[in-house]
Amino acid sequence: MLGKLRRLNRAVSEIALQESERLPSNERRRFLRNGLFTAGGAMVGGALGGLSPRLGAAETQFPPEIPSWTRSLGAGVVSEPYGVPSPFEKDVIRRNVPWLTADKISSISFSPLQHLKGIITPNGLFFERHHAGRPEIDPQQHRLMIHGLVERPIILSMEDLQRFPSVSQINFIECPANGGMEWRGAQLNSLQFLHGMVSCAEWTGVRLSTLLQEVGMKPEGKWLLAEGADGAAMTRSIPMEKALDDVIVAFAQNGEALRREQGYPIRLVVPGWEGNTHVKWLRRLEVGDKPWMQREETSKYTDLMANGTAHGFTWVMEAKSVITSPCPEMPLRGKGVCQIEGLAWSGRGKVKAVDVSVDGGRNWQQAQLREPVMSKSLTRFSLEWNWDGNPALLQSRVIDETGYVQPTLAQLKGERGTNSIYHKNAIQTWQISGDGSVNNVQL
Amino acid sequence: MFSFDQSSRFFTGFCSGVLLAALPVLGFAQSAGHYGYGEPATEAQIQAWDIDIRPDGKGLPEGSGSVEEGMGIYETYCSSCHGAFGEGMGRYPKLSGGEGSLTEDRPEKTVGSYWPYASTLWDYIHRAMPFFAPQSLTDDQVYALTAYVLNLNYIVDGDFVANKETLPQVKMPNEDGFVWDDPRPEVTNIRCMEDCKEEVTVSDSAADKNLTPSTTGPLDEGLTE
Repeated sequence: MLGKLRRLNRAVSEIALQESERLPSNERRRFLRNGLFTAGGAMVGGALGGLSPRLGAAETQFPPEIPSWTRSLGAGVVSEPYGVPSPFEKDVIRRNVPWLTADKISSISFSPLQHLKGIITPNGLFFERHHAGRPEIDPQQHRLMIHGLVERPIILSMEDLQRFPSVSQINFIECPANGGMEWRGAQLNSLQFLHGMVSCAEWTGVRLSTLLQEVGMKPEGKWLLAEGADGAAMTRSIPMEKALDDVIVAFAQNGEALRREQGYPIRLVVPGWEGNTHVKWLRRLEVGDKPWMQREETSKYTDLMANGTAHGFTWVMEAKSVITSPCPEMPLRGKGVCQIEGLAWSGRGKVKAVDVSVDGGRNWQQAQLREPVMSKSLTRFSLEWNWDGNPALLQSRVIDETGYVQPTLAQLKGERGTNSIYHKNAIQTWQISGDGSVNNVQL
Repeated sequence: MFSFDQSSRFFTGFCSGVLLAALPVLGFAQSAGHYGYGEPATEAQIQAWDIDIRPDGKGLPEGSGSVEEGMGIYETYCSSCHGAFGEGMGRYPKLSGGEGSLTEDRPEKTVGSYWPYASTLWDYIHRAMPFFAPQSLTDDQVYALTAYVLNLNYIVDGDFVANKETLPQVKMPNEDGFVWDDPRPEVTNIRCMEDCKEEVTVSDSAADKNLTPSTTGPLDEGLTE
């Protein structure tokens, strides 16, 4: 055994010696000094690994040179026991708008849509909305109570909950305030801050209908109250028809336990409905015969019209689309062929089509939808465009399976005025300048 | 609980061919607890967690509080964020004022100008206030604060005492200002493909407004008004 190890060490040392022949003399001396012969084979990998940045500083990594990372060993399999993104992706992060809220405890963060590919939002980049900060909940200590107009009120541990049959579904969640800063004019020059209150994930959990069958709903049960365990004890009333349709009590997001920002250990997922109905850190479900008219459904998340009346219970997020490339963060790199890409979604079902205009909505071309196209999920679209270098006004317009066509901002303002705050799903206009830069404008 | 009793009854019914088609329906109606996971929630457990209040007063506990009692509690726990008279501080919400502002360019959505039901005030103070120590107030304190904030908005007189009988009778000024049936889609856009507009004019641009936090590098901490 020992002899075998020694032979292995010798072989590795020989390779390392040959390798060191190719180094500049000062690097070679450091290389040999760094424990090559003193610590044996196990150290060789470390010494080689430690060497590569110095090599990189001295030479180009481009052809015809061989990159330093090709001529060295990388980190071992559990150097990151829970993986993290490359340090070169450090700018791809959720961001917030400090002037938007009184503090960060009750605030919102935005997903960096400009950097995301496909339709799934990575869990660490899923937008956050907290009404009283993010609680740290021990799942062993967490309980879900289901009571009210039911035959058999129960308390479930997280283990109990996960014994029920579960389902998985890919759904977007959008805060109804997404883009709400722009009713009176163009303010934020950024895709992330304008539209980043939407994200999409695969959710796994137990159908609410399964749980309600388990407790035996009484016939007069027409409404459901969902309540969170956070410091806001966040609540929303949900009509039973929706609760029994496609709502789930989710415990997993994109294959792992829910992120804490997303309601760990459990949250409601209410497909297609405004984000605040997807109550996080869920602790209580009560069946009742009337809605509860909670703070979030009266003083907040109601849409104030120009005439002073307000619309409540406007739960569905209507169809919306936005071009994610180019955008203010992703300018055009030069004349010629480029791919206009974007995201579209509808709270009422599937995306049927997306049209793109490069002249501010005078003429439109149908874009290609990228599979998969799923109900109440983000859908990608793209259109090839040969940019001639002239200024242009880019727009996208989604049509969902109900036939609803995404409205212009002028149409929406004409109907609602500018005090509405929520549910702004108007067509977005990006202004392309001759140098390829992109600005958020309104027509 | 998925007891042997239930399963054997089901099995017998199935084998004797009694109302085969109706069985699954009957099964669900009668066998709450098919899986039998979890524990039955006791009355005491439900009462402790069931904190929601409805406009008809359902859920309101015993206890009471006056406007005058509310003033002192408000000054201690609330005024640092909501202002001495509910006028708000920084971006913390205004609680009073804003009458007639809902049609203006800058509407003020306060308890007095906007909130449709008084029950919501009790409910929200109790579940989420004070912001830094939620659910730390007694029921009497919540009644008193409710009375005081209603009084700040001239909705109740100074001698008002809030309790589970008086609170549901309070009529809020904007109760009739809401439509609870979703009227959308209220805009019908036509899917025109060619020559859809005569001309296109840019009316506003976010460029150079200096409102956008940085989109690269560290998080932007400084961009506050």
